[in-house]
Amino acid sequence: MTMKTDPAKPPGPAATGRRSHVPGDGSAHAAAVERAQKGMLHEARDLKRTRIGADVLCEALLRQGVDVFFSYPGGVILPLYDVLGDYPELRHVLVRHEQGGAHAADGYARVTGTVGVCMGTSGPGATNLVTGIGTAMLDSVPMVAITGNVPSALIGKDAFQEIDINGITLPMTKHNYLVRDADELPRVIAEAFHIARTGRPGPVHVDITKDALQQETRAEHPTHAEVVEGLPGFRPNLEGHGRQLKTAATEIANAKRPVILAGHGVLHAQAWDDLKAFAEKTSIPVAWTLLGIGAMDETHPLAYGYMGMHGWKHVNRAIQSADLLIAIGMRFDDRVTGNVRTYAPYARIIHVDIDPAEIGKNVAVEVPIVGDAKRVLQALTPMVPETSADERREYLDQLADWKRDSEASSWHGSGAWRDGLLSADYVVERIGELTDHQATYVADVGQNQMWLARYTGFRNPNSHVSSGGLGTMGFSVPAAMGAALGRPDRETWAITGDGGFQMTFQELMTLVADHIPVKIALLDNKKLGMIRQWQEIIYAGNYHSASLPGPDFAKLADAFGIPAFRARTPGEVDDAIRAAQAVDGPALIWFEIAEEQNVFPMMPAGKGLSDLIEKWDGPDE
Amino acid sequence: MSGDPSSNGRLPADAAATAAATAAATDDAPTIAEAPPGPAHSAPPTRALPGSGETRRHVLVAIVMNKPGVLNRVSSLMRARNFNIDSLAVSKTDREDTSRMTITLHGDDVAVEQAAKQLYRLIDVLKVQDVTSDPKVEHELAFVKIRATDSNRDEVLRLIELSRGRVVDLADGSVIVEVTGTESEIDTFVSLVRTYGIKELVRTGAVVMARGSGSIEEAIKR
Repeated sequence: MTMKTDPAKPPGPAATGRRSHVPGDGSAHAAAVERAQKGMLHEARDLKRTRIGADVLCEALLRQGVDVFFSYPGGVILPLYDVLGDYPELRHVLVRHEQGGAHAADGYARVTGTVGVCMGTSGPGATNLVTGIGTAMLDSVPMVAITGNVPSALIGKDAFQEIDINGITLPMTKHNYLVRDADELPRVIAEAFHIARTGRPGPVHVDITKDALQQETRAEHPTHAEVVEGLPGFRPNLEGHGRQLKTAATEIANAKRPVILAGHGVLHAQAWDDLKAFAEKTSIPVAWTLLGIGAMDETHPLAYGYMGMHGWKHVNRAIQSADLLIAIGMRFDDRVTGNVRTYAPYARIIHVDIDPAEIGKNVAVEVPIVGDAKRVLQALTPMVPETSADERREYLDQLADWKRDSEASSWHGSGAWRDGLLSADYVVERIGELTDHQATYVADVGQNQMWLARYTGFRNPNSHVSSGGLGTMGFSVPAAMGAALGRPDRETWAITGDGGFQMTFQELMTLVADHIPVKIALLDNKKLGMIRQWQEIIYAGNYHSASLPGPDFAKLADAFGIPAFRARTPGEVDDAIRAAQAVDGPALIWFEIAEEQNVFPMMPAGKGLSDLIEKWDGPDE
Repeated sequence: MSGDPSSNGRLPADAAATAAATAAATDDAPTIAEAPPGPAHSAPPTRALPGSGETRRHVLVAIVMNKPGVLNRVSSLMRARNFNIDSLAVSKTDREDTSRMTITLHGDDVAVEQAAKQLYRLIDVLKVQDVTSDPKVEHELAFVKIRATDSNRDEVLRLIELSRGRVVDLADGSVIVEVTGTESEIDTFVSLVRTYGIKELVRTGAVVMARGSGSIEEAIKR
């Protein structure tokens, strides 16, 4: 199978679909975007026509550094589409469903650390964005979601495709706006981006009426200082409190069995180097949450592993026996703690988070530090005494023993191997190896997500993308679409189960049409694997809706014009991965994995970290 | 502060857990031999949940931006975070761009602190203060439409006068009384007149202001 090239696309590197702008990459496109953004900082371009609200929106996006957004047209947002042709520097990706657009913006934001942008029309366009907005909210991903709305005179009249989308997004955004006047657009868009990316990041929704998009306006874009001044209720505290920092330093100096818990906040703050410096100075091992994956290179001697419900046993053991937890940018989610009453029973807790509301929300803590992970780590590191690994020898040796035990006794590679079946964790591990651990890996939700988290081997920050908080099935392929555009210098792999894949595979067409080279690893066990696992272990084998018949995925990919490869045995895995890598463009590998493989260890809901199930041979008699 | 878990403020007062904690911790932080979980060791201490669980009435004052939808944001947040508002009074302040909310709710101290912190997350909220334990003046206003017939009107009016209520409407068969006071004073009045029959009741919810020269509005950094 070969990729058809679109004659309408310009020749050269652009034809490979890698048009997205990476600042400073030296391409002509990057230069054009930079020029346009600079131009926008001063004045609107000479349009030789009236400047309308839709122009203001495009100008504002360019001023904010946006180079790509994901959208789907509709009646009331058409005024924007009418002017988009005048802004060729803004790459518009026409998704096949607004949910895909929102996840793509999310994936883009997570790998770039900048704000992702998605758009849709009113009514169904807007409600389709909602799952993606919620996903971004629960994982604190900076996003601006823009929707059109019916003309302001029709608001509240149940007009065609009218829904109170502001009311719907209110509880799942950091903030939202309804704009009825084009003169307000410059301020609102600037505020939206400022709020989305500042402090604890999150999604902001801007709803714009059709008449505001069409209205003529001379409104000027505000300066950053004006934006800040206009938001007196939004002053995130970034610096840790001096006295608390001092207390934390004392706690750390006295601790015999400390563990660092790194979360998404470390990545948001781009504090991975500071984390490493802190851990190295103190010789304290680092564990990470699902979204903290990548905060530390997993090959680092102090990198201990992934914690929580399906985390490594040795990591949970270390937490359960720790005398001090240094939690940085994580929120003690129930998937991390299990039953809070039995969580880390011997540990005092230092909790660093940029959001004061996270501190004391799920667990009581001894030392609360409100601040940005980077700034806190930079302030704290000079205050703690240097402790060599030798000084912690006994402790670190025991942790190393536990790690060896837990990795040896892990389910990894057992059962399915014996039966000659393809084991999902093996597939994931091979993808990690054959991409030299340098790709972006985008998980879906369920067993595939846990296998990916455990066995890939992550070396780089922002190389792991996963819907942690909301647990949104169908996330992988569309999020990988955005991730691939955000980091075109890396290979991008969407690792998904057959369940999640069947929720959003319409975006395969976007991958083809927009030449987005995502490699899809479809782990097909013909089951809703995590559902099956829970029903087996927690619901006494009472299976319902656990089996999920799927189509012929090779034919499906073929219908979209995507080369597909298939692997049913361990021996076929490497060749399939290499073949997909060799494709210039999107490719799909259909891994037919063992149908009844479980993810172990597993902490049953309501139980504690010490109650891990490590294997399952049926209920105790 | 030290790394000694026996001084851990989160440990519950219950004796068994304290004993276990002390046994596990002795003078130092738990050693490697003691700390790992497992049947060979004494039961690990239980981690206390945030908050005491003892609920009482709290009064929060919030200064918010005077914009459409702010009330919706506040009430939606309280609902979504599982806080139950007892009363909510909203009004203008002397500044055109801000409004003031007085929220009363029941919860333990930590839960209410959580509510205040969550309110702070709203972009339109400028300042939140839990004034429950502060010296303050606190009043609400109620209108009560009481059934009053020719036979008992005098009695009702006398009771109203004794209770420092103010008759604001007198009609054939009923009177409307305006009463102001603390929540419990109004509760008392309402139960007193209930025997005559209450046709209608409306209460504003509490408004409060801290005593002394301090000002929540002046405390807002702009």
